[in-house]
Amino acid sequence: MGLKDWLSGWAPPSYLRDNGILGMNRRNGDYISRYNSRSRYPLVDNKLLTKEVVEKAKIAAPKLIDVVRAQYEIEHIAPRVENLEQFVVKPANGSGGKGILVITARDGDLFVKSSGVRITLASIERHMTNILSGLHSLGGKPDVAFIETLVQVSKYFANYSYEGVPDIRIIVFKGYPVMGMLRLATHQSDGKANLHQGAVGVGLDLATGKATMAVQHNKRVTHHPDTGRLLEEIEIGNWKQLLHLAARCFEVTRLGYLGCDIVIDEARGPLILELNARPGLAVQIANGVGLLPRLRLIETLDDFPGSVEERVEFSMHHFATNRRPELQSSLWLSTNP
Amino acid sequence: MAHRGPFLFLIVLLVIGGIGIAFYRHNIYAIPFSPDEEQLVWQVEARVQFTGNGEPTNVYLALPPDQSGFRIVDASRASSGFGYAPGVRGGQLQAHWSKREVTGDQSLFYKLEIVADPNYSAPDAPPTIRTIPSWREPYGTAARQLLDTALPLSAGGVSLAEQLSQLMSPTRGDQNASLLLGEFSAPELLQNLLLTADVPARTVQALKLEDGRRRQDLATFVQVYEDNTWHLLDARAGRVHDSSDLLLWLTDAPSVLDVLGGRNSRVSFSMISAVRPALAVSQEQYGDFGFSLYSLPIAEQGVFKLIMLLPIGALVVVFMRIIVGFKTSGTFMPVLIALAFLQTDLLPGLSSFLLVVGIGLMIRYYLSNLNLLLVARIAVLVLIVIGIITTFSVLSYRLGLIEGLNMTFFPMIILAWTIERMSITWEESGPKEVVVQGGGSLLVATIAYLAMSVPVVSHLAFNFPELHLVLLAIVLLLGRYTGYRLLELRRFAAFKSATAEGVP
Repeated sequence: MGLKDWLSGWAPPSYLRDNGILGMNRRNGDYISRYNSRSRYPLVDNKLLTKEVVEKAKIAAPKLIDVVRAQYEIEHIAPRVENLEQFVVKPANGSGGKGILVITARDGDLFVKSSGVRITLASIERHMTNILSGLHSLGGKPDVAFIETLVQVSKYFANYSYEGVPDIRIIVFKGYPVMGMLRLATHQSDGKANLHQGAVGVGLDLATGKATMAVQHNKRVTHHPDTGRLLEEIEIGNWKQLLHLAARCFEVTRLGYLGCDIVIDEARGPLILELNARPGLAVQIANGVGLLPRLRLIETLDDFPGSVEERVEFSMHHFATNRRPELQSSLWLSTNP
Repeated sequence: MAHRGPFLFLIVLLVIGGIGIAFYRHNIYAIPFSPDEEQLVWQVEARVQFTGNGEPTNVYLALPPDQSGFRIVDASRASSGFGYAPGVRGGQLQAHWSKREVTGDQSLFYKLEIVADPNYSAPDAPPTIRTIPSWREPYGTAARQLLDTALPLSAGGVSLAEQLSQLMSPTRGDQNASLLLGEFSAPELLQNLLLTADVPARTVQALKLEDGRRRQDLATFVQVYEDNTWHLLDARAGRVHDSSDLLLWLTDAPSVLDVLGGRNSRVSFSMISAVRPALAVSQEQYGDFGFSLYSLPIAEQGVFKLIMLLPIGALVVVFMRIIVGFKTSGTFMPVLIALAFLQTDLLPGLSSFLLVVGIGLMIRYYLSNLNLLLVARIAVLVLIVIGIITTFSVLSYRLGLIEGLNMTFFPMIILAWTIERMSITWEESGPKEVVVQGGGSLLVATIAYLAMSVPVVSHLAFNFPELHLVLLAIVLLLGRYTGYRLLELRRFAAFKSATAEGVP
C-alpha cells in the first residue's frame, strides 16, 4: 500500500469540522460533563435501577422476572426458571452487552441459548455466580443479576438481523431526539449489536423512520452481509411512538445527553431495553451526518423544554434527512452539486 | 467557555511560577539545566613556610576576594597544632593561624577549590581613599614630564594607564621612564603615576592558573577604577583583556603573608585543574540547594528520582489518549510498566513483560474453568505472577542471564490485573482486541519510557521539581481540549466515502 493510499484513509480536521462531526473529546467535555449530572449516572449504569424508574414512569420495557442479589439466592432460582421457555439473564452493571445470557427455548431439562447451544441449570447458576462476583461489571465490582422477559423480536426485523436482537439507538439531547440508527447483528459481530464488533448500522431519517444509508466497519453497505436483505428499504413502523418513548426517557433520567436503546416487540411494540449516559459516536457514521449542527440548534432553544409531543414534532421537522439544519445546507450543496 | 479568564490566568501563573522558580534556583545555586554540563575546577594550594622562634606566633595569609569569573566552591586548611580563625583586614579576607609556642620549620596549607565560571559576576568594591604619593627630585620632574606626554593622548583613566605603560616599555627608550624604573618597580611606578594624575588605581597580586604548576609566586598587576569596575593592567604590556586564568589574590591588604614570631617566612602556590560535572560542583558549594529533594536521605532520593518521573509518564498517557486517541488497558497501567522499564531497560523489560503476561494468560485460561470468585481469582493471579517471576529470576541467574533479576521491578498486582482484564477481553471480544489493547498499552508504555529515560528530562524533573507546575499547566490545558483526536481523523474519514456517494 502506497503512502498516498494510506493518506487517503485520513481526513483533515477541517473536513470533520465542516461536516459537524462530534469528536470524543468534545462529547466528553462539552456535552456529557455539562449536561449529564454525575448524580444521575447510577440510574442508567445500573440496569435494574433503570428498569425501576422506567416502569414507574409507565414507559414500556421488558418485564422483570427476578433479581438475585446474593450467592445464596441463586439456589432459589430453579423454581422460578423451571417453567420458563424464554428469558434473559443480565448483570445490573454490565457494560457493552457483557454478561448477557439469552435463553430462547427449552429442550427438556436443558436450556437452549440463542446460539443453539444447550446448557444445564447448573451453567445458568454458574453464570449468575460470575455476575455476582463482578466478572462483567466495570472495575470488577460485585454486582446483581436479574432475569427479564425475552423480547419477541418483531418478524419484520428478524429477517434483517443475523442472530441477535436488532435494536434502535436514539440519541436524545435535552429531551429532543437528534439522531437515530438501527443496529443489526451479523455473523461477524457474533450476534452482538455493537458497531465496532462488526454489526451493521443503518441510519434512520428522523422524520419518517426510513433507512437512509448503512455502514459496516465504517464502510458503506447496501445489503446485509449474512441475510442478503436490501437495507435501504427498511422502514420502522410506529416511528412517532418510538420517538415519544425515547424523548420521555429524558424526563425520567434528567440526563441531557442520552442514548436510548429500543427494541421492537412483536406484541408490545417499542420497548426501552437500556439507557446510556455515554452513547458512542458511530451513529454519525451510520447516518453520514455530524451531530454538532443538530446539538447546537437545540442549544439555541429555551432552557425549558416543551412537552414530549412538541419536542418530537420539532425533531421530526428539523432533523429530517433531506431537510438538514441551515448550518449544514451549504456544505451539502458543495459536496452534491 | 465559562471561567475562561481565570483558567487562563491560572495556566499563565503556573507556567511563569514554574519557569521563574527554576531560573531563580539556577541563578542562586548554579544548578545546571543540563546533566552533561561540566565545569573546570581548579584546586589551588597555598603553602606557608616559616621557622618558629619559640615564641607566640601569629600567621596572617591574605585570601582571594569574591571576584567575577571565579566561584570559590570550597576552602579547607591543614595546620596541625595551630588555632585558626577567618578574618578581614582592610577589606581583604584573611586566614589567621595562631599558636602559643612555635619552634623549628613549619608548613601551613590553605586549599581552595575554584570553578572558572565566566557567567559569575561579583560587584567590584569602590576604591578606598589613597594618599597622593610625594615624589623626591629628580623623580618628581620625571614623573611630571611623563604625565605631560601621556595626558594629552588619553581620554580617561584606563587609556592614560595604557599610554603610560607604553612609555614605560624599554623599546621606547624614554629617558624619564628609565630613570623612574631604576627607582621603582613597574607596577608601583604605574600606580603612583596614576594616583598623581588623580586616577583611582591600585596594585594587586594575582595568581596565574596553569595546570600542574608548583611553587608559583603571585604576579603584580595594576588596576584602574573606571565605570564602577576595576580594569586590570599589566604595567609593561598594557591592558589585560583575557583575565580568565588570573585569580586575584591580594587587592586591599599591604601584603600576602605576615608572620609574627617567626622568620624565613614565605608562601608559594601549587595548582591542578580537573573537569567535573557541574551538578556535583554546585552541590559541593551549596549543599542541599536550600529547600530541595537533596535534603532527603540518599535512599529516599532514589525513590523520588522515580516519583518525579511519574508525571512525565502521566503526561504521555494524557497526550496519547486525548490528542492521539489510543486505547490502553487500564488508564495509568502503561506508566507503571514504563517505570519498570526504566529499571530493566527496554528490550529485557518488554520481553519479560510479554513472558509473564503470556504465561499468566495461559494459566488464567485454565482458571476460568474453575469458576472462582473474582477476588480469589485476582489473588491466585498475584501468586502466579510472583511464581513466574521467581522461577525466571532463579532460572536466569543459574543460566547466567542477569536480566532475569530485573523482573522484580514489575508491579505485580498491576500485572495480575492486566492478565485478568486481558483474559476477559479475550473471552468477550476475541484475541484481536487483546492485541489491540495490549499493544496500545505497550506502545504508550514504551513512549513514556523513552520520554522518561531522556537524561535531560530526569535531570530537570529531579533538580527542578518546580517545573512540574508547567507540566500541571499542560495537563490542565489538555484536559480542556475538545478538538478532534488524531485517530478520529481516520475513523471519520469513512464519512468521506460514505457521504460522497450521496444519500437518497
